[in-house]
Amino acid sequence: MSQPIAQTTTPVAGPHPTETRPYRQSLYEKSYLPLLGGMLVTIRHFFKNIFGLNKSYTIEYPEERRDYSHRFRGHHILTTRPDGSVRCVACFLCAQNCPAECIHIEAGEHPDVNIEKYPVVYEIDMLRCVFCGYCVDACPEEAIIMSNNYDMAYFTRDQSIVGKSDLMKPYTFDENLLGYRPSFPEEDVKRAQMRRGAFDLVAAAKQAQANGG
Amino acid sequence: MPTLAPPPPETRVGYDLDAVRAKFPAGSITTQEGAPWPTWIVRREILVDLARELRDNPATRLDLFVDLFGVDYPDRAERFEVVYNLYSLPFHARLFLKVAVREDDAVVPSLVKIWKGVDWFERELYDMFGLHVEGHPHLRRILCHEGFQGHPLRKDYDAARRWILTEDKIYKPHFDLPDGEDDLFERMTINIGPSHPAMHGTFRLMAVLDGETIIASDIEIGYLHRCFEKMAETHNWQQVIPYTDRLNYCSAFINNVGYCKTVEKMLGVEAPPKAVWARTILSEFSRIMDHCVCNGTTLVDAGALTNFWYMFQIREEIYGLLESVCGARLTVSACRIGGLIQNLPPDFEARCRTLLTMIPPFIKDVEDLVDKNRIWLDRSVGIASITGAEAVNWGWTGPCLRASGVAYDVRKAYPYDLYDTVEWEVPVLYGGDVYDRYRIRMLEIRQSLSIIRQLLDRGMPEGPHIVDDPHVALPSKDACYNQMEAMIYHFKLIMDGIQVPAGEAYTMVEGANGELGFYAISDGTGKPYRLHCRPPCFPIFSTFPQLINGGSLSDSIVSLGGLNVIAGELER
Repeated sequence: MSQPIAQTTTPVAGPHPTETRPYRQSLYEKSYLPLLGGMLVTIRHFFKNIFGLNKSYTIEYPEERRDYSHRFRGHHILTTRPDGSVRCVACFLCAQNCPAECIHIEAGEHPDVNIEKYPVVYEIDMLRCVFCGYCVDACPEEAIIMSNNYDMAYFTRDQSIVGKSDLMKPYTFDENLLGYRPSFPEEDVKRAQMRRGAFDLVAAAKQAQANGG
Repeated sequence: MPTLAPPPPETRVGYDLDAVRAKFPAGSITTQEGAPWPTWIVRREILVDLARELRDNPATRLDLFVDLFGVDYPDRAERFEVVYNLYSLPFHARLFLKVAVREDDAVVPSLVKIWKGVDWFERELYDMFGLHVEGHPHLRRILCHEGFQGHPLRKDYDAARRWILTEDKIYKPHFDLPDGEDDLFERMTINIGPSHPAMHGTFRLMAVLDGETIIASDIEIGYLHRCFEKMAETHNWQQVIPYTDRLNYCSAFINNVGYCKTVEKMLGVEAPPKAVWARTILSEFSRIMDHCVCNGTTLVDAGALTNFWYMFQIREEIYGLLESVCGARLTVSACRIGGLIQNLPPDFEARCRTLLTMIPPFIKDVEDLVDKNRIWLDRSVGIASITGAEAVNWGWTGPCLRASGVAYDVRKAYPYDLYDTVEWEVPVLYGGDVYDRYRIRMLEIRQSLSIIRQLLDRGMPEGPHIVDDPHVALPSKDACYNQMEAMIYHFKLIMDGIQVPAGEAYTMVEGANGELGFYAISDGTGKPYRLHCRPPCFPIFSTFPQLINGGSLSDSIVSLGGLNVIAGELER
């Protein structure tokens, strides 16, 4: 490099430069010879790509899918109780905490006297949703979590408003396909699992399927 | 309210605000007590003279105009308050000026003749608050369209109102040009954008061409205006974080950090060491990513597509790291007020180390390809050049300013997080052109890698990822499910939001393209009373017509890429 790099810990005290000092090309650069060095770079990459030595960053979607972490904030899931009914108690915390105001809930009285309320209507407008995960943070019942399903495409705007039955669909209940979920401190995870079976979503889903839900 | 530690005293020898103050009549300047930064409340009549004196007096030399915004207090007799944010590069000192005006006399004088960079800020003030700026050369709306009625940041404006822009109201620029001497060529006015691939976002450029040379130009912005500041007033403090993601979406994490630090300062809480450590590392990775995008796309504009692939592979890997931390790639929302969204994943350090070995070869490949490449040199050296003094006058910050020979970096000037505990340099170049802006980003990527390496060597601090304060951070899910107290705090925090005490704060971080500041005002209701974002590329882009006038049309495209203007941040 032809220009100095000034190391400064405090701002410059002198006057600001009133003229520019642009880079000056050397004779070697003017001769176009450095382009050969550039050619070597591309040729190296070309052969590495041909022999599969470089990692390929393009994938053949949808046959091949990107591998996301277990924290991915994708399509929402409404979790279920072991009997297949929705776990949500319609407390409206998720709708309150949603910065995009995309959750619409209508509450109803639950037939079971031990459970106060349940959502008659639970809709998320997927075109409004920004997938920030604030609903998951807000839920005090672990009733809403996220999957790592990211392909959502709709033909009409009406289809993008996803209702309770679609959100409860257990198609992503494979443990590997779950996304952003409530975070427990590590030492609490085991205790929580034992006490509530809260993480046992796969079992819940299977039972729901067995019940025809 | 806690204030930042005072800057090193040796840089402030000779800085004397009283020398300026003594020149103005007593009573026209009062110091605001309890303000987070030195703040003067100034009478409107002396504003222009005071500003000139502050800039030129050898005892102050507040030469960098940083920011200007308005605040609406409908209950006060003097309804509007205009805040000016000035910085002295030689003395490393900051001063805020506040001017209050009545609604029936809503006029402030223009400072365009003192700082050129104030131009767009004053137009924004007129657009958002309806304040007339006296002496401004072309006062018209900037972010809202010409068919808009009312002024959206006034408190009595309903955020849900919509206005339609009809064709007859679309802005048509008028260029006042002398007749050309050469009659052989006809002058042509062309329009590029707002939806044009070379405009990198949604900018509209109108240029008058004489042959291939631009002889006059005008730009229009506002196509991506999302009312960030108005929306922040209708949401609680925590809910603003996803909105900040969308400011500079190439490095969303830095915006999160800047906003969260502002609110943390108002609350008087500090993020735990682990969160600070991770914030520093991820900010630097975001900076690398942003510089990669900028340099990659600039080179594409010059016709060098290969670099774009190499640069975007770096970006892809960094996205993978961010996704493993917070679950999203682009709009991360990875910070929470008081810490981070989740604990760091177990493989965080290993992933960072992999990135540290993976990035330098790609940087070297790009440098081998273009650094001494005559085609790129011919396209970029001396193009859109600006001197350091001019750049300061226009209010530039960030890599573009450092490419013009002025070493101002917030990370050194006001060290935050862990930047004062690691060894690194501020690279400075003196060309002030597209080539040096490209070079400076490459050099900064190396500095960022060095910062990350030092922090990783230090090891991840133990402890929680978010403060253990039930008034700020949500209790853990386990506590929330099993303890009554934690459950109540959980409900209170979600329903009412974080209760930020009344007051104001300004915090800045070094964004990928300059000083990114957030000025927050709270009235204690749980929602921001006013949240202003100081967008670094706003003053930079306002310089654009001056940079491209006289150059060729194809050079203007390369210049735009080199400035790293991000529409999401420019228009908020």
